[in-house]
Amino acid sequence: MASVVKAIPKSAEAEANWVMDCKLDKIYYGDFEAVRDSHVPIEKGRITGFIGPSGCGKSTVLRSLNRMNDLVTGFRFEGHVHFHGQDLYGRGVDPVVVRRYIGMVFQQPNPFSMSIYDNVAFGLRLNRFKGDLDERVQQALEGAALWDEVKGKLKASGLSLSGGQQQRLCIARAIATQPAVLLMDEPCSALDPIATRRVEELMLELKKDYTIVLVTHNMQQATRVADTTAFFSVDISKGTRTGYLVEMGPTQQIFEDPQEKLTREYVRGEFS
Amino acid sequence: MSEATAEVSIPSLQRAPLERRALVSNFLTGLAWLVALLAAVPLFSVLYMLIVRGGSRLNLEALTALPPAGFEMGGGFGNALVGTVVMVGIGAAIAVPVGILAAIFLAELGSNSTLGNVARFATKTLTGLPSILAGVLAYALVVLVTGSYSAPAGGLALSLLMVPTVILTAEEAIKMVPKIMKDAAYGLGCTRTQVILKVLLPTALPGIVTGVMLAVARAAGETAPLLFTALSSSYWLYQDGHLALMQPTASLAVLIYNFSGMPFDNQIELAWAASLVLVLIVLIINVVSRFLGRPKI
Repeated sequence: MASVVKAIPKSAEAEANWVMDCKLDKIYYGDFEAVRDSHVPIEKGRITGFIGPSGCGKSTVLRSLNRMNDLVTGFRFEGHVHFHGQDLYGRGVDPVVVRRYIGMVFQQPNPFSMSIYDNVAFGLRLNRFKGDLDERVQQALEGAALWDEVKGKLKASGLSLSGGQQQRLCIARAIATQPAVLLMDEPCSALDPIATRRVEELMLELKKDYTIVLVTHNMQQATRVADTTAFFSVDISKGTRTGYLVEMGPTQQIFEDPQEKLTREYVRGEFS
Repeated sequence: MSEATAEVSIPSLQRAPLERRALVSNFLTGLAWLVALLAAVPLFSVLYMLIVRGGSRLNLEALTALPPAGFEMGGGFGNALVGTVVMVGIGAAIAVPVGILAAIFLAELGSNSTLGNVARFATKTLTGLPSILAGVLAYALVVLVTGSYSAPAGGLALSLLMVPTVILTAEEAIKMVPKIMKDAAYGLGCTRTQVILKVLLPTALPGIVTGVMLAVARAAGETAPLLFTALSSSYWLYQDGHLALMQPTASLAVLIYNFSGMPFDNQIELAWAASLVLVLIVLIINVVSRFLGRPKI
């Protein structure tokens, strides 16, 4: 696979640890202003959580990080997303290449209608991986804590697994290509509590090798899993619902000593 | 602990088949069954009639020999069988690629564009095209240009009748692939073409195959478009030892039409046998297409 262009990030030591720097001025869907004014740096090797009430734009911001929103007609992004020194929304940047370095796991498990092996190997074959495919598939499935359960039935259809297993298959598929950043959009919301716990444990393991950005509507999950938390909310002052970043900081601080009033109200469960 | 024996009156929980509600329900259920059986009658009666009349003549000679002339005995419809297979094959070779590519456009690339809407409307209108007009078009395009009746002319006429079915069923099959599967493909960094070729088409394949086979089953039985494109023939499609397609070609449907009008018992018996073969071909294609198109896990 092509190597990522490395560029030395400027300024302070903290910034040197940022793998992505999303400085969002505005996001529009057609004429509708969906999100505004959110500066979200993503630290390497950590789990950054996006929390907030429904409709606050956290999924929109997440999907903007790997240009998935390009698939929505009328989408417009104003601002920049720096990734290893390049602006993902810069001129001439190919969104297809971006998505090969920034992987995504979706809310609903969505394995392809192929065998488990082919599902995991999909990204590798897409990138014309020339090495030992079997080995990488096994590594990915082990990394997703699924290997022991499926090693005897790699040819079975991906859709024949249970919901929790399907989601872990999707995680294996996403990490097979060893992306720099893994975006996870409410990955546990369609799973039962046991499967949820397994995926959360998995996330803590994955943190050792990957940077994860997690959207969750479950505050307790954020406290269990996220190192840094960004709290988004909805601004209805101008008559429309526009999301924006209220506060961002270490998870413990957000939940125990929030600086903003809105944050305090949300984490106390006064609105959701 | 106090004794709570509240007397609650519960209505009888037993079945009451003579109650008006039950009577109406049972009557309507019986009616539905009866009507369903009635609907199956035409198919089974046709099959029965064909088996009785044509079954006795169905033997190896009938399937492999050439058609008999006027007062001859014996003979068969081997060349018509081959001709039907060849022309339906040519029709499919044209209709399937064109149909699938058009379906990809309608489902993915230009779903709401002007071209897409016009094309979809034209396709739906084309499903009602009188089959003889498909023959007229093929006559003008192939027979007049090449100067002879031929199998490709017949194949082209059949493809005109097959294309709308292939397009419409393939478009539906592609649209039925869950959107989240497309998201997954894009998320892994697929270009649009890769999403279509690696994920959409393979997933939609059972539905597409069903559509193709239904189109093939229809084309196998068409008579009118072959009447003046392929005409008919009493010979094999060979000339000097190799396949020769550019000559009048026999087909099962046209042979049945011709033979059933002749005053010879031999030919009429062969027409019955050919009808049975044709119905069996169509039936087998339909059954296989249902098997292949069943939803997989």
